[in-house]
Amino acid sequence: MIIYGTALLAFCHLAGLFLGDLLGSALGVKSNVGGVGIAMLLLIVLRLYLHRKGWLPKETEAGVGFWGAMYIPVVVAMAATQNVVAAVKGGPVALLAAFGAFVVCVLVIALLVRSGRDDTSLEHAPHVGEV
Amino acid sequence: MFEALQKELTANGLVTAFLVVGIVMWLSVQLSRLLTRGRVHGSAFAVFIGLGLAWIGGVMTGGQKGLADFPLLAGLGLMGGAMLRDFAIVATAFEVQPGEARKAGLIGAVSLLLGTVLPFIIGALVARSAGYTDAISMTTIGAGAVTYIVGPVTGAAIGASSDVIALSIATGVVKAVMVMIGTPLLARFMGLKTPRSAMIFGGLAGTVSGVSAGLAATDRRLVPYGALIATFHTGVGCLLGPSLLYFATRALVGG
Repeated sequence: MIIYGTALLAFCHLAGLFLGDLLGSALGVKSNVGGVGIAMLLLIVLRLYLHRKGWLPKETEAGVGFWGAMYIPVVVAMAATQNVVAAVKGGPVALLAAFGAFVVCVLVIALLVRSGRDDTSLEHAPHVGEV
Repeated sequence: MFEALQKELTANGLVTAFLVVGIVMWLSVQLSRLLTRGRVHGSAFAVFIGLGLAWIGGVMTGGQKGLADFPLLAGLGLMGGAMLRDFAIVATAFEVQPGEARKAGLIGAVSLLLGTVLPFIIGALVARSAGYTDAISMTTIGAGAVTYIVGPVTGAAIGASSDVIALSIATGVVKAVMVMIGTPLLARFMGLKTPRSAMIFGGLAGTVSGVSAGLAATDRRLVPYGALIATFHTGVGCLLGPSLLYFATRALVGG
């Protein structure tokens, strides 16, 4: 049933955020530490486990896949609800600080990506929808 | 008749949001085909149109939630809010090849640390040159250059004034917007082609919203790898901001 996949996703989401909160308060931080990341790791591990057991029929996978495919539309909705006016109004300090940080990060990314060996690839990545 | 339509659109906010975003996506794909023959990804146009609409919404309503401040479009706030955003991001983990992610784990952690410290230094320096010379203001604005959540969390923890906190939020939002727009344009320069490069990017560029929108507009398959690292960004920033980075700043500039 398709809901099994969505429920699995919901379980990972909630458990990850919960663990992120626990980690945050253990570290004395007023924020969630890596909750979404923990949730993603949980889902990766559970998928491998269920797949090996043969408990992951196509239907169940579709219950997760739909939400993965909804990702870009959700991001578009997120963009449409940002406080862009405040960002523009932040004045030269906000603009300069953000621009400086962005430029430095872009340069360091370009450097780091070209350093060292990169033997990762998307070749075997599952196909995802057109957009 | 018009009133009845308005009533239904408002009452079914989330469904209205699906329709509106669907139209924006369709328009974006057409623009991508017509203007750039598909070279610039449709989702890049979509994110850009989204930000533009958010600006229009902010100007027209004077609110803070972009288009969602129109009662008719309040559903966009739910669709693009933290709950569904995180739900959809977690779902993309289904596409992660664990082997590929593991190969790049260390460099991902390194870039995460650099992505916290470097923007902080730049932000604090800009703040200082603009006249915010006390350690608390420098730290808060520097933290805002990490992400727009790290800024206010840090500022609140060390007792910054509210205008400085607002400035740090603005810095973070501007950076997120720059990452969203700049990433697809600079993707080739940054070498964003592989899971490893996406993880480096996720660590350095920060902000889940900026990273995920930027990567989505570049190559959808890179999203889960970038998001996997970027999600730790805010946590690491909130951890280091009010502690190590604040102490270091205070030691350097005093008071």
